[in-house]
Amino acid sequence: MARALVTGNHAAGYALSVAGEANRQARGCAAGAYPITPQTEIIEYLRSFAFTKGYIVPVESEHSAMGVCIGASLAGARAMTASSANGLAYMNENVFAAGYYRLPIIMIAVNRTLGPPWNIWVDQGDSLSLRDAAWMQFYTESHQDLVDTILVAFRVAEDHRVLLPALVALDGFVVSHTQMVVDLPEQQLVDRYLPPCHVPHQVSYEHPVTVGGLTWPRETEHHRIEVQRAMEQVPQVLSEATEEFVKVFGRRPHTALSCEYTEDAEVVLIACNTMVRTLRNVVKERRAKGEKIGLIKEKLFRPFPRAELRAALKNVKKVGVLDRNHSPGSGGIFWQEVTTSLQGHSDVLVQDYLVGLGGGDVTPAIINDIIDDLYRRKQAAEPVWKEVVA
Amino acid sequence: MSTAPTPTKEQLSDYCHNLLRPGNTNCAGCGMSMGLQWLDEALGEDRPTLVIPACCGIVTAGAFPTSAYGVPTVAATFASAPAVATGVSVVYRLNNEDRPTVCWTGDGGTYDIGVATLSAAAERNEDMIYVCYDNEIYGNTGGQRSSATPEGVVTSTTEKGKAERKKDMMAIMAGHRIPYAATLSLAHREDFLRKVRRARSLRGFKFFLILSPCPTGWKSEAEDSVDLIRLAVRSGLFPVYEVFGGVRYRVNVQPDGTPVEEYMKRQRRYTKGKTDAAVLRRFIEDQWHYLNGMVRAFPAGPND
Ligand SMILES: Cc1ncc(C[n+]2csc(CCOP(=O)(O)OP(=O)(O)O)c2C)c(N)n1
Ligand code: SF4
Repeated sequence: MARALVTGNHAAGYALSVAGEANRQARGCAAGAYPITPQTEIIEYLRSFAFTKGYIVPVESEHSAMGVCIGASLAGARAMTASSANGLAYMNENVFAAGYYRLPIIMIAVNRTLGPPWNIWVDQGDSLSLRDAAWMQFYTESHQDLVDTILVAFRVAEDHRVLLPALVALDGFVVSHTQMVVDLPEQQLVDRYLPPCHVPHQVSYEHPVTVGGLTWPRETEHHRIEVQRAMEQVPQVLSEATEEFVKVFGRRPHTALSCEYTEDAEVVLIACNTMVRTLRNVVKERRAKGEKIGLIKEKLFRPFPRAELRAALKNVKKVGVLDRNHSPGSGGIFWQEVTTSLQGHSDVLVQDYLVGLGGGDVTPAIINDIIDDLYRRKQAAEPVWKEVVA
Repeated sequence: MSTAPTPTKEQLSDYCHNLLRPGNTNCAGCGMSMGLQWLDEALGEDRPTLVIPACCGIVTAGAFPTSAYGVPTVAATFASAPAVATGVSVVYRLNNEDRPTVCWTGDGGTYDIGVATLSAAAERNEDMIYVCYDNEIYGNTGGQRSSATPEGVVTSTTEKGKAERKKDMMAIMAGHRIPYAATLSLAHREDFLRKVRRARSLRGFKFFLILSPCPTGWKSEAEDSVDLIRLAVRSGLFPVYEVFGGVRYRVNVQPDGTPVEEYMKRQRRYTKGKTDAAVLRRFIEDQWHYLNGMVRAFPAGPND
């Protein structure tokens, strides 16, 4: 294991590259790449990597970046790319195409506010807007979490029980542009961890088929059901991929849902990405004062781990959800998922807090404020805006 | 009407290997039907992988689980065919597989929504054959204008006849200095086959433009389709030429001065709005002024 002081973007670029390189004995790797702040260093890294059997196409747009990934994956190669915010929005149509084509493409989403107004700072609304695109979605809290998740994501995505693309998200600037010491697994280990990629429906001259042609409602519904079934396989396949990861790399990566101090907790806060790290510190401090408080790190967002979440919140009285995203006319997107998960199973109070939108700092003071607010609440209200008091 | 003879079993299994199988959904007289069969003939045993965006050409396949395409075919999103084909072609190259990747696209996908993707693939000189069957209309969605629709033509979104001229896509593609760009006439089979074979012998990006009759959109008779193309060539409306390296020009079929009215009067897309033939004559004149100038200044060489 090589330890190095690198930025989040460097770490992501490295993990994508060694994963691509690991497929050199099979059909190689390919990608379409297009720059956007704050992910640009990732595609620069990919372009500069000396692949044995791989090529990164410098395309003219994100739409085409995903188009190239789709073609490469259908031709049997391992495919990957990265984008952010308006790039993800511009790519949208082909993101859905990749999902519904069941292609195990991995995409890094460096979370950034979707403009207008123009804003390059972190907000998870960009990748969450792709939640219905038939992609798995992982949200990572640190450089190490990011590297590990990318490698695990390839393994899960290419597993024939799943065969779905995966998006791995990280916070723009907070992770993408800061340096941390990270274990960057060596190529031989990654070679061992990732089996050769085999896309069963790749273009074939022996059995020429038309991929993506017209289907009637019945067949389409079948297809949708199959996608749902594939999503349902993810928790199992993910836990196998995690165990395999421990064997090969000697380290345990975070799983779908990390529950911390939840066993006896009466109040639990739920968050994703780097907010989790601040939250963890605050919770530790308040635990030290004897408060029965815990936290849940939501890493896997699609498929949403409803059963695990329900189990984790079984004895909890109040839940606060920190959403660094906003679905206008509704509220926070994580909150929607949490409330849906708990429907009919619990009379727990769930309150949504919209925090750090457009990249505002989510400080310990803000989180302490939220916890105090939650303690006082007798019943849940509409989502609360934390920074701007309406 | 005569009934077609029932095919033998051998013929039937042969048909399965055709690039375009019988039972496809093309309208009678559709230019795609001839174009795809000639493409098949020109490539022979050299089976292509087709990448087809949203357009009539993907409807051609019919409904899952059957397909009228006897070669591997990928349906791409409307603007994405050259990007998806890039992915396919790159992976073939990485694996030393010498297979032709062919984009088969309409004018909407080529002149309009896909033009940036097309331009980028051409600029990168990706190894593929790009064919635009230009029916001068959005056929799939029921006959709306495109930037390939000629001036004066009545479509469902230009009720009084289109006000703007047709875009010169060949000039745009030549401007990319790609190895080869040519127009293909469905009334000139030998020329068509020769050009496709030529393209196949070259590495890099090859562009073809077919004027593709569309009886449904042109409001013409199915049996007139080939005649209409012959008239378009003879009148000079559709020039048959090739451009090497984007800079060396050769005209393959000279127009013979046939009046363009002969072409127009057999299509209600022109007669309905009483399109003035002078509009097309001016277009023809300008087009040949430019083309002849290019041929004089930059003629194709003996090795082209
Ligand atoms: C992004 C997107 N916008 C619109 C459409 C609807 N659409 C499908 S085919 C088509 C027109 C195709 O026209 P053309 O490329 O000329 O091919 P033709 O149908 O004439 O063969 C349109 C507008 C689509 N499929 N995708
Ligand atoms: S509408 Fe026109 S282009 Fe489409 S299949 Fe019919 S004839 Fe061919």
